[in-house]
Amino acid sequence: MGAPERSRVVALEVNGEQVELEVPARRLLVHFIRDDLGLTGTHVGCDTGNCGACTIQLDGRPVKSCMVLAVQVDGAKVTTVEGLASNGELTPLQQSFNAHHALQCGYCTPGMLMSASALLARNPHPTEDEVRYALQGNICRCTGYVNIVEAVVAAGGSA
Amino acid sequence: MLLREVEYARPATVEEAISLLATYDGARPLAGGQTIVNVMKARAAAPDVLVDLQDLGELRTIGFSSDGRLELGATVTYAELMASSEVEVARPILAEVAATIADVQVRNRGTVGGNVCVNDPTNHLPPLLVALDATFTIRGQDGERTVSADEFFLGVYMTAVREGELLTKVSVPASSGAGDGFAGLTIGTHGTYIVCAAATVSGDDARVALGCVAAAPVRATAMEERLAGGDFSEAAVRAAAEGLGASLDPPSDVHGSADYRRHLAEVSAARAVLQAAERRKGA
Repeated sequence: MGAPERSRVVALEVNGEQVELEVPARRLLVHFIRDDLGLTGTHVGCDTGNCGACTIQLDGRPVKSCMVLAVQVDGAKVTTVEGLASNGELTPLQQSFNAHHALQCGYCTPGMLMSASALLARNPHPTEDEVRYALQGNICRCTGYVNIVEAVVAAGGSA
Repeated sequence: MLLREVEYARPATVEEAISLLATYDGARPLAGGQTIVNVMKARAAAPDVLVDLQDLGELRTIGFSSDGRLELGATVTYAELMASSEVEVARPILAEVAATIADVQVRNRGTVGGNVCVNDPTNHLPPLLVALDATFTIRGQDGERTVSADEFFLGVYMTAVREGELLTKVSVPASSGAGDGFAGLTIGTHGTYIVCAAATVSGDDARVALGCVAAAPVRATAMEERLAGGDFSEAAVRAAAEGLGASLDPPSDVHGSADYRRHLAEVSAARAVLQAAERRKGA
């Protein structure tokens, strides 16, 4: 039986690249992503699991990386906001955020993009209600959400 | 946030998990982590060892027992409840209520076992599982025992699961024509409940349980007795709920006074029963 350990080597795929690193058991996934991997697109907002700024995709599903321990994701596939664009080419969703002015201060944007891209992967043409339901766990204090919702609906082609 | 130092183990079998929980002082199971990680951040609890249940495949299944009960493994997530064809066939209310818990991210990680073992008085599943007459299977080093929902929820953050034990599954009778309802008032569209009520109506019988009004879910037994005649008209159901509020001693807080919660308890219980009655077979 594996005895409890204070740290552990985790091996996982991050944005398509294999990563292997020893992490303390107490390290939150968001700090592993930001501090150990240097991927600072994932933001720490409230740090209490309410705001969704730290949303990433774990095996394709959006989760809040401040409510996951890094040791828990051993063997998993993680996608952060840096994993969306390829070769500097923004995804249609990111372009739609740009076109619809779906951000002001931008702090919540990475989390919004990770939740919205997971929605579009499962449901390519969401309605406004479906977009609002999918983004419920992402808080924006600037925009009032109108342009964010419009951008996601437009990226799905339903508007 | 930097958490307090903690040790971590990832057992491969349920037996190993139970052995770890029983061997190490301050060991706690870690399922989806949607409560315990935040509790650790707030320093409200400080487990010394986290026993990660994610590799225990037998806890992650949804199926039927030989006598037709719906069996939910303890680490089934809310998202899995929502997507389960077994749940849809046997007891769709579970998926319906799961879809209103927190948000997408939390539903992707949070588990049935975590929701009931935390037994926060505002959690959705405890009153629902009381109304559904669920049973809970708890395994320890001395074997397995099954307790009823009425015996499972003991108090705030307290259940029948003792130190060194693990909840392995929750078993719910298939509806067999019964109708289920859930009603209440939340803070925001899908926020925390101020008061909620769950009800099951089967033939002429109703089971009603309230959440957020006491340390553990409360059965509305007097209301159930008044409904036993089988009259589920709106007037009869509202009359049956009268006096329910006065029998409760709910908390007062920034979201509502005790008196407001007493009022909400009657309104929610009546709405849940009416919804359940409308959904039962032959209604």
